[in-house]
Amino acid sequence: MSVATQDTAIRTGRVARTLIYLVLLLFALFYLLPLYVMVVNSVKPLNEITGGGMMNLPQVFTLEPWAKAWSSAQIGVEPTGLQPYFWNSIKMVVPAVAISTVLGALNGYVLTKWRFRGDTILFGLMLFACFIPFQIVLIPMARMLGLMGMAGTTQGLVLVHVVYGIGFTTLYFRNYYAVFPTELIRAAQIDGAGFFQIFWRILLPSSGPIAVVSIIWQFTNIWNDFLFGASFAGANSQPMTVALNNLVQASHGVKEYNVHFAGAILAALPTLLVYIVAGRYFVRGLMAGSVKG
Amino acid sequence: MAHVADADFKTRLQSWLPKLVLSPSLALVLVFVYGFIIFSVYLSFTDSRLLPSYGWVGWENYSKLWRLSHWEVSLKNMGIFAALYISICTVLGLSLAIFLDQKIRAEGVIRTIYLYPMALSFIVTGTAWKWFLDPGIGLENVLQTSGWTTFEFDWIKNRDFAIYTVVLAAVWQTSGFVMAMFLAGLRGIDNEILKAAQMDGASNWNLYRRIIIPQLRPAFLSAFVILSHLAIKTFDLVIALTGGGPGRATELPATFMYSYTFSRNQMGIGAASATIMLMTIAAIMIPYLYAELREKK
Repeated sequence: MSVATQDTAIRTGRVARTLIYLVLLLFALFYLLPLYVMVVNSVKPLNEITGGGMMNLPQVFTLEPWAKAWSSAQIGVEPTGLQPYFWNSIKMVVPAVAISTVLGALNGYVLTKWRFRGDTILFGLMLFACFIPFQIVLIPMARMLGLMGMAGTTQGLVLVHVVYGIGFTTLYFRNYYAVFPTELIRAAQIDGAGFFQIFWRILLPSSGPIAVVSIIWQFTNIWNDFLFGASFAGANSQPMTVALNNLVQASHGVKEYNVHFAGAILAALPTLLVYIVAGRYFVRGLMAGSVKG
Repeated sequence: MAHVADADFKTRLQSWLPKLVLSPSLALVLVFVYGFIIFSVYLSFTDSRLLPSYGWVGWENYSKLWRLSHWEVSLKNMGIFAALYISICTVLGLSLAIFLDQKIRAEGVIRTIYLYPMALSFIVTGTAWKWFLDPGIGLENVLQTSGWTTFEFDWIKNRDFAIYTVVLAAVWQTSGFVMAMFLAGLRGIDNEILKAAQMDGASNWNLYRRIIIPQLRPAFLSAFVILSHLAIKTFDLVIALTGGGPGRATELPATFMYSYTFSRNQMGIGAASATIMLMTIAAIMIPYLYAELREKK
């Protein structure tokens, strides 16, 4: 993406520039507002929030809400905190991301370097699958998971996320491999290299950037999923998002807003960390995708 | 002789291998996407209630669905939500992208701040906005206790205005992403044309209106397609922010389908509503994907 660094030829005057900076700053505050609210209110006692101090910095600093959200808050019927659900999410996300990325890489390789009649239609079918409203598959999926003995299990959720993630991972790798010089592959073929050898020795070593995009995309989507978790998870496989929703919507007892905010940050932390650490590659990948169309 | 047969087998295997490698993914998609779509559409013509049942009832579920005021409210809300969400995200995304394209210092930091909401779950976003907008503890309470006693902001609890709080939270979540799409488009524009037009004395306003924005057509199209399919799929945000309420003020087709199928035991009607959602998205996505995939050939 060399074009991304190209500067515009537009010139602006001093007054216009000041206004532009002002607007940009204002919107930065708008985007940061909910994060600010979550962070400051997760480290103050409940009475400071209910007393009208939601926008203030904490007068008494406490990590009590974090501890409670993590290990002792009432989620559903058990006072377990969000901790077990956090691990449920990890156990679901890691295999689902790995499997869908590997399949996407192989599919992208076949669809660009071993083209055959009708391959574009097959790719179109896979791609459309990313955009369907998932309501259309909820009922048969629930039955299918039941038939396969995977109802309410983490494996069942992994399967669901792999199936509905393949389209995106295939799209990423296909676009990336499409610009990879096919001559190199033909040369390797003449030298007697087979299908997997070419993939392993030639394409894979240069797939780092797109693998990062695919992994970040899948990780974010699967970690943040609520619909599938709410529909198919059992007591021992509920992901973090479902647990957070149960915590916040609980109708019994005092509403502990500070615990809710701490819980929300806990649920957001993994994807936020990934975004901060590897976000540059992610944005670059998204931009490359949208420029190419 | 055996050696030749072996080599022959190897080349045959090599030529089949690519299709073999593709087939598991393809099988999964065919069964779990297209097979399931057919099954759900079929269910929408049956008397399924708590569980799938196979008594054919023709269009009955659809005619029942269109008589339900609950469905009508969901559609009306979707109309308001989609129109505002798509247009605000587009205008805001484009404006911020243009501003950010003026050789801004700390562009990287600002871009990161604008984009981070995209990394969050709608449940997290919903929780944060829910309490911030709550009149009891949020903005209204904050301003009232700090002396502005007549200040009122109870949209999230108000039947007539609750849907706009869903728009607010959804715009907050996605507008940065739309900004990034337009920014990528802006960075791809050829500066030579702009310089030539500047020499002819064109103002910045005219440069944008006549040269730059018309060239962003592909970005507009992608933004529209992505935003409209996100709008139709909106579910988690409503669940976390308002739960569909107050009353039915923020019900959308996705929440309608969920409650009719799983808590009201009207699976046939639920399947009918899901079918309508699918058709709407297909009407937008299929022409788009068709055009995209054709161009690339």
